[in-house]
Amino acid sequence: MKADLAAIAAFVLCIGVFTAATDSGVLLNALMMALYAALLAQAWNLLGGYGGQFSFGHALFFGCGAYASAIAQMSGGVNAWLALALGVAAAALLGLAVGALTFRYGLKGSYFALVTLAFAEVFRILALSLDFTGGGVGLMLPLKPAAANLQFVSRKGFIALVAGFVVLALLATAALRHSRLGAQLQAVRDNEDAARAVGVDPLRTKLAAITLSAAVTGAAGAFYLQVFQYIDPNIVFGPGISIEALVGAIVGGLGTLWGPLLGAAVLHLLADSTRNLFGELPGLNLVIYGTVLVLIVMFMPRGLAGLLRSLSAAWKARRG
Amino acid sequence: MGFDILFPSVLNGLTTGAVYALIALGLTLIYGVLHIINFAHGAALMVALYAVYVLKHQLGVDPYLALPLVVPAMFVFGYALQRLVINRASHGKDENILLVTLGISIVLENLALMIFKSDTRSIDTAYTLSTLQIGPAFIAVPKLVAFGGALLTSALLLWLVARTDLGRAIRAVARERQGAKLMGIDVEHVYAMSFGIAMACLGAAACFLLPAYYVNPQVGSGFVLIAFTIVVLGGMGSFAGALLGGLLVGVVESLCGLLLGESLGQIGIFVIFIAVLLFRPTGLFGARA
Repeated sequence: MKADLAAIAAFVLCIGVFTAATDSGVLLNALMMALYAALLAQAWNLLGGYGGQFSFGHALFFGCGAYASAIAQMSGGVNAWLALALGVAAAALLGLAVGALTFRYGLKGSYFALVTLAFAEVFRILALSLDFTGGGVGLMLPLKPAAANLQFVSRKGFIALVAGFVVLALLATAALRHSRLGAQLQAVRDNEDAARAVGVDPLRTKLAAITLSAAVTGAAGAFYLQVFQYIDPNIVFGPGISIEALVGAIVGGLGTLWGPLLGAAVLHLLADSTRNLFGELPGLNLVIYGTVLVLIVMFMPRGLAGLLRSLSAAWKARRG
Repeated sequence: MGFDILFPSVLNGLTTGAVYALIALGLTLIYGVLHIINFAHGAALMVALYAVYVLKHQLGVDPYLALPLVVPAMFVFGYALQRLVINRASHGKDENILLVTLGISIVLENLALMIFKSDTRSIDTAYTLSTLQIGPAFIAVPKLVAFGGALLTSALLLWLVARTDLGRAIRAVARERQGAKLMGIDVEHVYAMSFGIAMACLGAAACFLLPAYYVNPQVGSGFVLIAFTIVVLGGMGSFAGALLGGLLVGVVESLCGLLLGESLGQIGIFVIFIAVLLFRPTGLFGARA
C-alpha cells in the first residue's frame, strides 16, 4: 500500500509539473484527453479487471452521468459542481440496479457482456425519443465560463479536475487491492464456487464493484459534458464509449493498478497522432489503430503492464 | 387497429426478420456452438455486401448469380482470418478474442471508408422495385427471395452440423475440446472451418440482402447486437431456433415501430433480449440443455 501511495504521489507531481511548465494548447489538450481516457479505462478495470465481469455497455453509466448532470443544470438550475455529484450518484445507482438485476440471475461471461450492451442500447434509443433528454438534437450546456460553473477558461482547470478523478480512481483501486473486499472480489473472479464455499458472498462483492465502476464512469461522463458542453445520445450512450473503456483497460493490463492508465494513454496518443498525420486520408488513421490493436494483443497477451513486468523480471534475472 | 394495418406490418416484419436470421445463422455457429464472440460479424457482412456491389456495378453480375462467387470467397476469407489472425492473436483467451475481432472490424470498416468513401450505395436490378400482393399487403420480391434464402441456408447448416463428419467434429470440439484433440481431431482446422462457414453464410446473406438494401462502411454495425440477440433468443447453437428468433425479432421490431413510433421500433428487441437473458437464458426455443 505504501509503495502504491508513493507512486500515486509521484504521478500527481509529474502531472503538476508538466501542466505548470507548458502553455501549449495542443499539449495541454492531449494531456487532458489522455487523462480522460485513462479515467474511463480505470473505471472499467474495477469491474472487468478485478471482478472479471466484462461489460460491453459502460456507455450506459457514462451517458447516465452526463445526462443527469446536464438535466440537473439546465432544467433544475442546479450548480454545476452539485450537478456533477448528482451525475456520479445517478450512475452509481444505475450500476447498482443493473448489477442487482443481472448478477442476481447469475449472468456471467458473454451473457453479462451482451446484457450490458443491450441496456446501453435501450438507454440510447430512449434518449433519442424522449423529450426531456432533447431527443436526437441533444443537449447544449449554456456557456457560463467561471470556475464556480465548472467551465474553466484554461485547459489547466479541466486538467486539475480530471487528474483529481484519476487520482481518486487510483486510490480506490489501491485500497481495493489491499482490502478484504478486493481479495473477495478477486476470489470470486478466479473461482466463484470456491469463494462461496469459504463464505464469500459473490453477489455482494460484485454489486460493490459494479457500483464503484459505474460511479467513476459517471464522473467521466459528467466531465465530458463540462469540457464539450454538448451531448447527444449517439455519443454518450453509443458503443464507442464502451469500447474505449474496455480496450484501454485490456491493452494496459487487466487487474493492475497502472495498466489501464498506461493502456488508455498510449492508445489515445496513438489515435491522436495518426489522426494528425493522416487526417487528409479518412480511414487510414483508424486502419493503423485497429492493426496496432491486433498486434498488441498478439504480442503482449497480458497487456502493457504484463510486458513491463516480464521485462523487469528478465532484467533482475540477468543481474542475478 | 385493424387487420389491414397489422397484417402488412407483421408480414413486413417477417421478411425483415428473415434477413436478420440469415445474418445470425453464421453467428449461431461461431458464438452459439464455439463460443467465440465475434465483434467483426457486422464488418464481415459489410465486406460481403461491397463484394456483391462491385460485382454488379463493375462487371454486371446479378446479385443472385453472384452467390457461387461470393460464398466461396467469404469462406476462404473466414478460414484465413481465424487461422492466421484470430487464433494466433487470441492465445485462447476470451478477452483477447474480443479485442482482436474488434480490431479487425475497425480495420475492415476503415479500409472500406478509404476505398469507397462514406457514401451509401445501392444497386438497380429489374426486380428491385417489383412487389407481390398478399391480401392487403404489398411485399417486395427481393425480400421474399431473401425469406426463401434464409429457410434454405438454415436447412443446409442444420444438415451440415447434424449429418456430416465435419459437423460431428464441430460438435465434439464444442463439447470437449481436449477430448476431441485426443481423438485425433484437428481442433484448429475445425475452428477455422466453422469460421469459414459462418462467413460463407454472410456471403449468402449479402447476395440476398443487397437488392433490397444498401451498403456503406458502417452498415454492419447495426446488425451486430441484433445478431447476438437472435442467437441467444434461439437458444445458443440451434439453427432452427435462430431462424425462428430472427423472424420473431423482425415482427417485434415492426410492431413496436407501428405502436410506439418508428424511432422506438428496436427497443422492443432489446427489452425482450434482456428479459430472456434474465429469465430464460437457454433461449426461447432452446429447450434442450
